[in-house]
Amino acid sequence: MNAISKHFGALLAGVAMTAVVTGAALADPAIIYDLGGKFDKSFNEAAYNGAEAWKKETGGNYIDVELQNDAQREQALRRFASQGANPIVMAGFSWGTALNTVAAEFPDINFVVIDAVVEQPNVQSIVFDEHTGSFLVGAIAALKSTTGTVGFVGGMDVPIIHKFYCGYAQGAKAVKADIKLIENYTGTTPAAWNDPVTAGELAKAQFDAGADVSFAAAGGSGLGVLQAAADAGKFSIGVDSNQNYLHPGSVLTSMLKRVDVAVSTAFKEAGDDATFKPGVNVLGLAQDGVGYALDDNNAALITDDIKAKVEEFKAKIISGEIKVHDYTADNSCPGI
Amino acid sequence: MDMVVILSTLDATIRLSTPLLLACLAGMYSERAGVFDIGLEGKMLMAAFAAAATASVTGSVWAGLAAGLGISLMTALLQGAAAITLKGNQLIAGTAINMLAVGLTTFLGIQWFAQGGRTPQLKEGERFTEVKLPFADELANVPVVGPIYSDLISGHNILVYIAFLAVPVTWFVLFRTRFGLRLRAVGENPKAVDTAGISVIAMRYQAVLITGLLCGFAGAFFSIAQGSGFGNNMTAGKGFIALAALIFAKWKPVPAMFTCLLFGFLDALQIRLQGVEVGGVQVPVQAIQALPYVLTVILLAGFIGKAVGPKAGGVAYSKER
Repeated sequence: MNAISKHFGALLAGVAMTAVVTGAALADPAIIYDLGGKFDKSFNEAAYNGAEAWKKETGGNYIDVELQNDAQREQALRRFASQGANPIVMAGFSWGTALNTVAAEFPDINFVVIDAVVEQPNVQSIVFDEHTGSFLVGAIAALKSTTGTVGFVGGMDVPIIHKFYCGYAQGAKAVKADIKLIENYTGTTPAAWNDPVTAGELAKAQFDAGADVSFAAAGGSGLGVLQAAADAGKFSIGVDSNQNYLHPGSVLTSMLKRVDVAVSTAFKEAGDDATFKPGVNVLGLAQDGVGYALDDNNAALITDDIKAKVEEFKAKIISGEIKVHDYTADNSCPGI
Repeated sequence: MDMVVILSTLDATIRLSTPLLLACLAGMYSERAGVFDIGLEGKMLMAAFAAAATASVTGSVWAGLAAGLGISLMTALLQGAAAITLKGNQLIAGTAINMLAVGLTTFLGIQWFAQGGRTPQLKEGERFTEVKLPFADELANVPVVGPIYSDLISGHNILVYIAFLAVPVTWFVLFRTRFGLRLRAVGENPKAVDTAGISVIAMRYQAVLITGLLCGFAGAFFSIAQGSGFGNNMTAGKGFIALAALIFAKWKPVPAMFTCLLFGFLDALQIRLQGVEVGGVQVPVQAIQALPYVLTVILLAGFIGKAVGPKAGGVAYSKER
């Protein structure tokens, strides 16, 4: 396509937009992935899978971009917004400031942010009850562990990752009150999401200290933990996406965070003002927003006994009989 | 700390100091010959990417290693051409190599594999795994010597052994061969070497190529031995730490090994000190993670005394006319 016909196409699109009253609803949805990249086999990949699922289901098109650094956040948002993309979905907890600024500049466009809360009339904030999902995998870890020590490798040392740990620890203690927990973080900068070597070393240190299960809540860095566990013949627990297939027999389960469901739902509903629901939307165990992964790759590891106990915990959390403390509520994790 | 924890820390020390040691020895050849090499980092990064990409595509770890070495050698030649033949500023040439490596590996990674600059996860046979030395199992139950031999010395990947073997080899080459004498002379007084009828340019190119070779091993270690795949900028400043170790060791092979082991030990220690209480106070993770770098500064600034590099280092050689 040469430059002239390209411009002509854009012109046609512009005419179409003004001709239809609900023009915004016809625009393509957009998704912006966070640092760590689209194919991190974890959080961002779950978002990508959601977008692809939507594409397959509806046959529509979407636009996406991967960030290279923090400075590109506002720039990417503005570019998509001025192109008329609607809705614009972004995945990641670091979007607060950038979105607050840009959402006010484009009141006609609907934004959906996953993992952060932004209070604007045209923003829907989707957050997950990671602590309850982590509770369940913590319980699985404690039920599977024969050494009585389980580990945790977080990505960047930030409150949302402490929320994972806090839930995990509560779940492990619910099974075995005197269980020993080893808590590590890969780093203190965003580079910690993409540092599998350091994360793998942390996991090795945990295994040497007696742990036989390690839960990696570390985005792309978690791959190092999974690899270290597979090398050492120990168990690991994946995060966000179902990572069971990466090392079958070694990945015990994965703490699922249905970012994919959130993205495809957002693509379906948020583009149209009639179905767009601004405000905070919390997805928990009851909505299947979080959970643990069970498939052919780990069927042999999760015995019926373990499954029965975990399902019992799940039912009790949903009914409110067990209250799992949320670290981000008061930035503390009592009793751990 | 009990025996298991100590052994595990020392085991990690060896793993973590391997890339430093390879890079440090690499820098030693180049700098001893009078070519300051700030581009160790870049050469390692190029090698790490080439090794992981090739191993992943061909399914062979050896092809990966060969590609890593080849790319590192070519990068070294490029740097050599700029710094030796074209008489460019050696520091700028090295910096350029570093910048080129970060950009090019990420760009090619995204273009070829579309995984955000990462290469695919390597499967078995595509990366170096642990080598069990003979008698490791039989000796494991012998007190003291047993665990040290079977846990600490045995059970590393082959690049670790190459790195530690390179220490005596480097010492021998530099200090006991004619080649080593000439190489050192080129770094101290190139004019005298030239007068003796030996080509300074050729000597320096040979040194830079050896540097490239060793950087290739170091880079391959990151992506196809320690890790299982390439990640953006995965060398994470290790090339500069190796450079610091080189100065700290005053350009000598055996002290270089001990310096790299010290830095590796600090790294291993910081991983194990996370979340540990010292005297009832929980040490902040950040403070512990900064420990290796803080110590580097303190050691370099205060404890090594005067470190004088090769006299002709940093200056391109030109015959007087």
